[in-house]
Amino acid sequence: MGGVSLFQRKAALFIACLLPLAWLAYLIFDDRLGVDPVKVLVHFTGDWSIYLLMLTFSLSPLRQWCGMPTLLRYRRMLGLYAWFYTSLHFLLVLTYIFGWDWSVTKEELSERPYVIVGFLAWLLMVPMAATSNHFSVRRLRANWRRLHRLMYPVMVLGWLHIAWQVRSSYRDTLLYGVIILILFLPRLKILLKTR
Amino acid sequence: MLIKQAPDIPSSEITPEAVYLRRREFMLGAGVAMAAAGLGLGASSPVSASAAENLDYTPVNPLPDNPFYTNEVQPSFAEAASYNNFYEFGMDKSDPAKYAKAMIVDPWSIEVTGEAENTGVFPLEDILKQVSIEERIYRLRCVEAWSMVIPWLGFPLADLLKWFKPTSGARYVKFTTLLRREEMRGQRSSLSVIDWPYVEGLRMDEAMHPLTFMSVGMYGKTLPNQNGAPIRLVVPWKYGFKSIKSIVSIHFTSVRPKTSWEQIAPDEYGFYANVNPGVSHPRWSQRYERRLPGSLLKPNRIKTQLFNGYGEQVASLYEGMNLRKYY
Repeated sequence: MGGVSLFQRKAALFIACLLPLAWLAYLIFDDRLGVDPVKVLVHFTGDWSIYLLMLTFSLSPLRQWCGMPTLLRYRRMLGLYAWFYTSLHFLLVLTYIFGWDWSVTKEELSERPYVIVGFLAWLLMVPMAATSNHFSVRRLRANWRRLHRLMYPVMVLGWLHIAWQVRSSYRDTLLYGVIILILFLPRLKILLKTR
Repeated sequence: MLIKQAPDIPSSEITPEAVYLRRREFMLGAGVAMAAAGLGLGASSPVSASAAENLDYTPVNPLPDNPFYTNEVQPSFAEAASYNNFYEFGMDKSDPAKYAKAMIVDPWSIEVTGEAENTGVFPLEDILKQVSIEERIYRLRCVEAWSMVIPWLGFPLADLLKWFKPTSGARYVKFTTLLRREEMRGQRSSLSVIDWPYVEGLRMDEAMHPLTFMSVGMYGKTLPNQNGAPIRLVVPWKYGFKSIKSIVSIHFTSVRPKTSWEQIAPDEYGFYANVNPGVSHPRWSQRYERRLPGSLLKPNRIKTQLFNGYGEQVASLYEGMNLRKYY
């Protein structure tokens, strides 16, 4: 452990985050997506969006709970990957479900609550992704931290996006709900203070 | 308005094109007991079970203007047998193919109750003696906005219902799927919102419509468990969830049955569930569908048709009804 540099760890994490995508590429090229490849791709990228969002959101509390102050060094990369998978998910939906058809997109974005919250979550991630560089951190100072509390609504909207799609089993929705709730506990102070 | 009814084709006419299930062998449980009436085979010439097993499935040539056939692209048997919604075996599309083997489909009987003269428990063998097996190639449209074209083997539901002699009090037919927790793992799940067993229903005139079909096979083979073995309903102009699988009970009733999905979310899954691009499900637009199999380069995104394209045959059933209210 001691000989591994931060750079090496970050590189390892970078590659690890690409593994789902590599797996997906393998499934595509090996023709293993089944009869409804669109559905598999959309669900796969959606799943990894919420996994990475939860992981990103967990680093700050985990740092305190586990006494590992260095955990935060990986937050930006994980956050950007969450943004990457969410954007891919959105792009796939636009292409294969909405067919880049404006009238369909308009209908979905105005009539379907789960689509609306999902889109909003993606939209709120844009300013965070855009300010994830050193320059922005320095320039925005305290406002940077405030801006990145957009993760709070993103987590809630992301969870709603999943919950509103439940047809028959609440298993995953409940599991994610409990995890996200736990991750909100140490942030209660901030939430109450800003009121 | 005069709407043309589906032509009632005498079986002699479709014989040379159809694939037949040899009833006696099916009853003996001989597995794939089909007599294929292909180009080289006369309709009446028997084919041994082993020979039938070696037959590659050949799609039947579509007859002109015949609503029982469509020449649209079909998935392979393996694809149609590996992509199923059958929540009794799990919620993932691949779950039924994995777990439905546990369901024992032989022996099988259907209990007939309610407003009919000929009620009781009927072994499947007795039921199949009453009907003759034919092939229908139908579009199947799921409310989740995907669709497939499936060649079914079976018989018109009307032929069976007439045998039970429903009385004038029979206004609806209620169907129930098998409830057997030890064989159906989805029924054991505590987080499922479905109140087992699965229930579906049709209005009597819908049930008696010539397009309404009871299937015991597909692709010239007996029905795989995951596709609703040994006997299932196929209502091609309605969303797939109406086409109830693995039927164990038929109940004639004067009151509209409360169907499973209607119990869970009445605002989303109505009793009628007619395929209608104009009425969107709260969560899925119904204007388009993905015709499977699809690929990333060819997603087969097509416009959904009213009554799944069977409007000419079934629109008269709903004349004067507000399809937005009775969705």
